[in-house]
Amino acid sequence: MDWLGMFKTEETRRQVMAEGQVVPESNRCVQCGICSFHCPINIDVRRHAWLGVPVKDSHCLTCGECVTRCPRGVLRFERTNMFE
Amino acid sequence: MQYVILGSGPAGISASEAIRSLDSRGEITLITDDQDGYYSRPGLAYYLTGEIPEDGLYPFQAQDFKRLQIGMLKGKATRIQPEAHQVVLQSGQAIYYDRLLVAIGAQAVTIQNPGAELQGVFKLDTLENARQIVKMVRKGKAAVVIGGGITALEIAEGLRARGVRVHYFLRGDRYWANVLDEQESRIVEQRLKEDGVQLHFETDLVEILGKGGKVIGVRTAAGEVVKCDMVGVAVGIKPRKELAQDSGITVERGIVVDDRMGTSAPDVYAAGDVAEVRDRVTGRFTLRSLWTPARVQGTTAGMNMAGEKLHYTPGAPFNVTRLAGLTTTIIGEVGSQEVDKDVVGIVRGDSETWRQIPDALVCQAGFAANHLRLLVGEGTIVGGLVMGDQKLSQAVHYLVERQVDVTPIRDQLLRSKASPADILASFWQKITPTTKTQTPKAR
Repeated sequence: MDWLGMFKTEETRRQVMAEGQVVPESNRCVQCGICSFHCPINIDVRRHAWLGVPVKDSHCLTCGECVTRCPRGVLRFERTNMFE
Repeated sequence: MQYVILGSGPAGISASEAIRSLDSRGEITLITDDQDGYYSRPGLAYYLTGEIPEDGLYPFQAQDFKRLQIGMLKGKATRIQPEAHQVVLQSGQAIYYDRLLVAIGAQAVTIQNPGAELQGVFKLDTLENARQIVKMVRKGKAAVVIGGGITALEIAEGLRARGVRVHYFLRGDRYWANVLDEQESRIVEQRLKEDGVQLHFETDLVEILGKGGKVIGVRTAAGEVVKCDMVGVAVGIKPRKELAQDSGITVERGIVVDDRMGTSAPDVYAAGDVAEVRDRVTGRFTLRSLWTPARVQGTTAGMNMAGEKLHYTPGAPFNVTRLAGLTTTIIGEVGSQEVDKDVVGIVRGDSETWRQIPDALVCQAGFAANHLRLLVGEGTIVGGLVMGDQKLSQAVHYLVERQVDVTPIRDQLLRSKASPADILASFWQKITPTTKTQTPKAR
């Protein structure tokens, strides 16, 4: 087992959770609502995509559920550059 | 000021938002003949597969309409009277407007074959259609699907996800021949087969067979009979131009609009699938049936209705869809000389511009699921198709849309043995050094 690799991915994941936010590419979005439906804390991700604004909700867990489930690749994680 | 909007799709909704952003007092009346109002039509595909429940399909809630002060009215407009500035509804009611937007979209083309009226023959045009399909599926066991493009595939995949045995009939020898190249068609077909969809190539449905008013099978041109309980039809769509036509407004294949989305009648605008706009590349009037252009056209129309002077410039056509589970982005001219026999005119999620034959050379990368096709013109990339991994789609869109000079990598793209994806990625990084995108690896 690649222990080092495992720690690395874990580190990447934590980094994204700490520094990342969900950013929509609005022109890919057709407002189907899968993202909002699957958000565990009921953030209306779809509305963010309609307005073209990142999900800045402080409650966002950056769990990636919306990013993964979007059938059209609208959402991605982007670094917030908060600490740079 | 009285604004009347006909149609509750993305064009009508974004026009209403645009009007409200400029005019906080004007009265906005949105009239729709869709009993379900504003919902995500492209989302119906995911409702069919069971990925989202019906009530998840509504992007706006009652409070959103309230916030925008939009008055909703269910009804069908049967006549526009430009001189009187009135819309007449089927109920006989006449509604005055200062500015009118026609954004009533397009509708599925029906087939005329014997048996087309039987119970069990369906289309996927509205939420109500989708509900009917879901209801039927409980009883049905086997289905025949005919048509090309995105909607036919969505029907096939949706039924398959609900355990129906699906026979997908294609008149030609491959899927979506006028947009996809052969390799791309084969990728989609292979995945459909793996999903359990039975593909019947060069198969033409001539008759739907029934018993007691219900579908029991179909007969093909070759004389073969395929037993089934339902038949899904998605052979194309047509703009709902009759209202404008009957009212003396200029129409061609759709309602003809100028670059401010104005029609031939004063104070009457059109936007979305029903409108026919001039394409910047070809100079020709072109039909598109895409969400984002509908939204942008709606916004432009709304701004102009409220007194702005905005011009609409159609960008490079761009659509994202999912073909047999693969996210696919189609940008600019991807060109094909083949005629798709499965489609009448245009399908949903379609742009005629894709079928302009580009003066360009093709370079390709990737196999199986991840696939990139670039149409390399004289000094620019004129079109592209990204299937599977979408990391490069933003880059391709940017390069096509802004007609970025790709001379530095043109020879490399066409002659080098290196993957076009790598060449493109490194070029993209050079011209946009600030882009930092992360995708979480662990899940």
